[in-house]
Amino acid sequence: MDVWLAFRNHTGALAGAGVFIAIALAVAIGPLIHTVDPHYLDILAKNEGPSLKHPMGTDNLGRDTLAQVLAGGRISLAVGFTAMMIALVLGTLVGVLAGYFRQLDGLLMRLTDMFLALPLLPLLLVVIMLFRDSLRAAFGPETGIFLLVVFIIGITSWMQTARIVRGDVLALREREFVTAARSIGTRRRRIITRHILPNVLSPIMVSATLGIANAIITESALSFLGLGFPPDFPTWGRLLFDGANFISVTPERVLWPGLAISLTVLSVNYIGDGLRDALDPRLRGV
Amino acid sequence: MTHYIIRRLLFAVPTLIAISFILFALLDLAPNDPTGQLPLTIPAEAREQIRESLGLGEAFHIRYAKWMEQFFVNEPLNLIERAFGVEIGASEERLRLRSWATRSPVVDLIIERLPQTLWVVGLSYLIGILIAIPIGIVSAYRQYSWFDQLGTFVSMIGFSVPTFFTGLLAIIVFSVTLQWLPSIYDTTHRVTDLSSFWVQIKQMAMPVMVLALFNAAQISRFMRAAVLDNLTQDYVRTARAKGLRERVVLFIHVLRNSLIPVVTLIALGIPTVFGGAIITEKIFRVNGIGELLITAIQGADIPLVQTLSFLFAVLIVLFNLVADVLYGILDPRIRYS
Amino acid sequence: MLGKCVIGLAIAALAVAMLSTSAQAERGRDGQLKILYWQAVSTVNPYLSGGTKDIEAASLVLEPLARYDDTGTMIPALAADIPSVENGGVAADLMSITWPLRPDVVWSDGTPFTAADVVFSAEYCLNEEMGCNPLSSFTDVTGVEALDDHTVRIQFGVAKPFPYGPFVGSNAPIIQKAQFENCTGTRAQTCTEQNFGPIGTGPFKVDEFRANDVIVFSANENYREPDKPAFATVTFKGGGDATSAARAVLATGEFDYAWNLQIEPEVLEQMVANGKGSVVAGFGTMVERLIVNQTNNDSDLGKDKRSLYLDGTNPHPFLSDPAVSRALSLAIDRQILVDFGYGAAGQVTCNVLPAPPAYTSTANDACVTQNIEQANRILDEAGWLPGDDGVREKDGVRLSILYQTSTNSVRQGTQALIKQMWGQIGVETELRNIDAAVFFGGDPASPDTYMKFYADIQMYTNNFDGVDPEAYMANWMCSEIPGPENQWLGSNISRACNAEYDALAAELAVTASLEDRAAIAMRMNDVIVQNQYVIPLIWRAKISAHANTLKGVRMNAWDSEMWNVADWHR
Repeated sequence: MDVWLAFRNHTGALAGAGVFIAIALAVAIGPLIHTVDPHYLDILAKNEGPSLKHPMGTDNLGRDTLAQVLAGGRISLAVGFTAMMIALVLGTLVGVLAGYFRQLDGLLMRLTDMFLALPLLPLLLVVIMLFRDSLRAAFGPETGIFLLVVFIIGITSWMQTARIVRGDVLALREREFVTAARSIGTRRRRIITRHILPNVLSPIMVSATLGIANAIITESALSFLGLGFPPDFPTWGRLLFDGANFISVTPERVLWPGLAISLTVLSVNYIGDGLRDALDPRLRGV
Repeated sequence: MTHYIIRRLLFAVPTLIAISFILFALLDLAPNDPTGQLPLTIPAEAREQIRESLGLGEAFHIRYAKWMEQFFVNEPLNLIERAFGVEIGASEERLRLRSWATRSPVVDLIIERLPQTLWVVGLSYLIGILIAIPIGIVSAYRQYSWFDQLGTFVSMIGFSVPTFFTGLLAIIVFSVTLQWLPSIYDTTHRVTDLSSFWVQIKQMAMPVMVLALFNAAQISRFMRAAVLDNLTQDYVRTARAKGLRERVVLFIHVLRNSLIPVVTLIALGIPTVFGGAIITEKIFRVNGIGELLITAIQGADIPLVQTLSFLFAVLIVLFNLVADVLYGILDPRIRYS
Repeated sequence: MLGKCVIGLAIAALAVAMLSTSAQAERGRDGQLKILYWQAVSTVNPYLSGGTKDIEAASLVLEPLARYDDTGTMIPALAADIPSVENGGVAADLMSITWPLRPDVVWSDGTPFTAADVVFSAEYCLNEEMGCNPLSSFTDVTGVEALDDHTVRIQFGVAKPFPYGPFVGSNAPIIQKAQFENCTGTRAQTCTEQNFGPIGTGPFKVDEFRANDVIVFSANENYREPDKPAFATVTFKGGGDATSAARAVLATGEFDYAWNLQIEPEVLEQMVANGKGSVVAGFGTMVERLIVNQTNNDSDLGKDKRSLYLDGTNPHPFLSDPAVSRALSLAIDRQILVDFGYGAAGQVTCNVLPAPPAYTSTANDACVTQNIEQANRILDEAGWLPGDDGVREKDGVRLSILYQTSTNSVRQGTQALIKQMWGQIGVETELRNIDAAVFFGGDPASPDTYMKFYADIQMYTNNFDGVDPEAYMANWMCSEIPGPENQWLGSNISRACNAEYDALAAELAVTASLEDRAAIAMRMNDVIVQNQYVIPLIWRAKISAHANTLKGVRMNAWDSEMWNVADWHR
């Protein structure tokens, strides 16, 4: 409860949460208010500037940009969050285990090296080749691809978090309070959750913020390679990518998706700041 | 410590061999093909002959063994010969590791590409670090001041807007509208005097700027977090209570401890400098290592991808070791057994 | 003092004026030419090339016996004349062709060009161990011999109604025997120095080559026309993407020429509006088409049956119904596709064989106008009726299409447009895009290649080299259907087998008169199009841009765009 109290007193965090909830609400209920079909092509109305009918203008196929940004937000947020969580959990797990248990350190860090060394693109091609059709058959084209994309991004972006968390844990486990806890016979699980984890929270939070941005952008790279969602599925990263060449024809096309990504990342950053402060055992007492 | 380093280096050998095998298997499994980019007018029989001539007809283990021999024996011998001007054995007969797209030795290609990558990507990394560390310190020390808010905002923009977009924006502003800077990097340009040096600065300006923004954004966030963590530690209170000047507390005690995770991060990032920056190199046509790798991947140029990825793996393993050693030096509490 | 100055200036101006007039006819007078190919050149040896970019870069240095000009007419290059049956150069039985060579040509190293070089070039490519890229240019060649120093005879194993395959066009030029003598067979791969710097007879020679990056050429001082080329050096830069290449010529003016600019027309138009350069387009034989799978590609069938012809026992559940594929073609408004993605670089077409003009059928021109009503009527009459969700079905088979193509922003836009057009006739479409290196790669293990065709419909562009369609039209013969027995290397991607078509193909192979050949080829085109094995969409042009200060560019769709680079000037 006191965590929530601390969080509530954090202006930046509150503002971040506010913006984030606003974005989430917009993409959740926005399409119910702005009822234009994001897939509908109105070729006669292509490359239009903002108007009442199309508040963010249209693209070069006459699709409504606002509808696309709203529809794209659903996918981008879902992919960004899930992939970030996977990467974070994996990275923290590997980092804490490697840092705390000496006998695991060598093995886990060499595994990290290997993942860092793998070239992403051929790996993606192989994963897609092996799993796309079976996932599509089991979960349908949309859910199947969603699982695949989230899995791919998660599995290829946990390494940096793991390295940093491990580094911090290495230093923490020699600190007085940990040695003290150990010497009074505290269980290892409890030492990790009670003493180690709260102290590595700040790099984890930074990783989370950067991770969301990374996941949203990587998703766009994937769909560009034909490895992501079907080509007529808008996502923020994809809208930004497709719109880039039209920057001098219809600037709105890049402005809004770019802003949406930046705002999301910014708000997550502030929420992360607030959470970290709220969870920090030293600050909490103050 | 020396004992630790030697042990790690010995352990690196089987790790790297395992990585090289996994890489090779992965590339072999990948569904792209070296004849994929040939015009459709070339019929199937000719394609088959081209594949045979590249050695694709041989079994997996033979191709892997050949790569091992070429990479670990032939190419090092060649480099030694070139460096010292000596001849070891039958150097003419020695099979060199060749790219499938250009049919030229992979090592020559990499050597040709390294200068521009190190100049552009290396410099941007350096500039990024030099910007990020002070920003991170000030942001944390004056948490939630306008400077911190501005820094946060700029770095979030820097991180969340991908380089393909910032690069394009830079070209439109500085090359198209203002006509100040060239949008295409000339790799044949040679610096001989002051004016040609100025030309070099001008052609590096945009790619370096774009990449430095991206690097600085990331590092400054970690730096800020690390300083924040340390500012609330007991030792800082103790130091202040002892009556040490704020400057000393911040720059001696806090900075040293905050740099620990950041130094790791920087050391871990160095292999990516050698790996080049795929998107930025492509946008500005710097044609360095990153561009070499992406072209090779797209063209399924397996010998080139395999060699580059493997060299990359070597650097990663090496710099992980460097990071760990730095860690031990910076933080005496950490003991490696 | 002032007077002296003025006089001095006047003299200087006069001197400059005189210099420039006398320099009119001087080689290298216009300084540097900067060319940008967004796909970087990987080798200067066209026999080992990785695509058009390499062939075109090499065409600044190496020359064939004859080339095609911008109208598709054959003109002599290293040959003194074009052999024909009339002038006796082509044997009456069509079994050989005799080329007279120009006697006055020397290589850029000063040594004379002779028939031995031509003979060697053929041997070089025909060596099975080398993996020769333009091997199909040498189809049916049984021998190449030098009759004397300046006459070469090429023998064929069968009667060749069109004997201009070998050494015509820039994909198979003449290389110097003295330079490549030790580079035959498997050694072709290891001759890096030769492959990166071939000695040629063309207007330029290679000074420096950085693979996949840049080539620096300089004027060949031994070129046979003393006043050409006008440029002293050429920088041939590669890398990046098409849009930024167009920008470098049309917006920033950093480069003089940019190649292959397939980008959205409105983006290109806006760049042209800067007034720095112009766009040039040349229509050859490229057609963007939909391939209609005639076999069942259901993923439940397993790899022993999926998308395999199996002697006609595995027909597609609904695309083998001509009513459906006709309706699909009728529902497409091709002009919208052109306006959206191609602009000046595309025209509506209803043929898979769009050119040369003599070979263009007019029997299918009705497809130019979209007709949703008629398409709906055809489907209604054939018993395909809308279900609850608006998608037509018959006997439990839904008109649901998986439509794949390679990754490319124009192709993805075209996919979206066609999906919506088909939605209007009650056809449901799922889109898929695949990385080009996978889609066009021939890896038999991959399910995503265009040869495997594990989809209902796919889209890409195909064309043929030169002006004779015989080899291209043979692609749709029954024997060319891809399958495991030929490692999916057949070229009849639609998997259609038509007895009339095979008979026409056999007839074309033995017909000599140009007029008859044209009639047969047109009939073959009609068979393909009217049975909707292929739905042609757009006749595509090669499109490039050049600076307005660069003169002499004549866009060529039949040969290298650099074919007349010797004539370019400021």
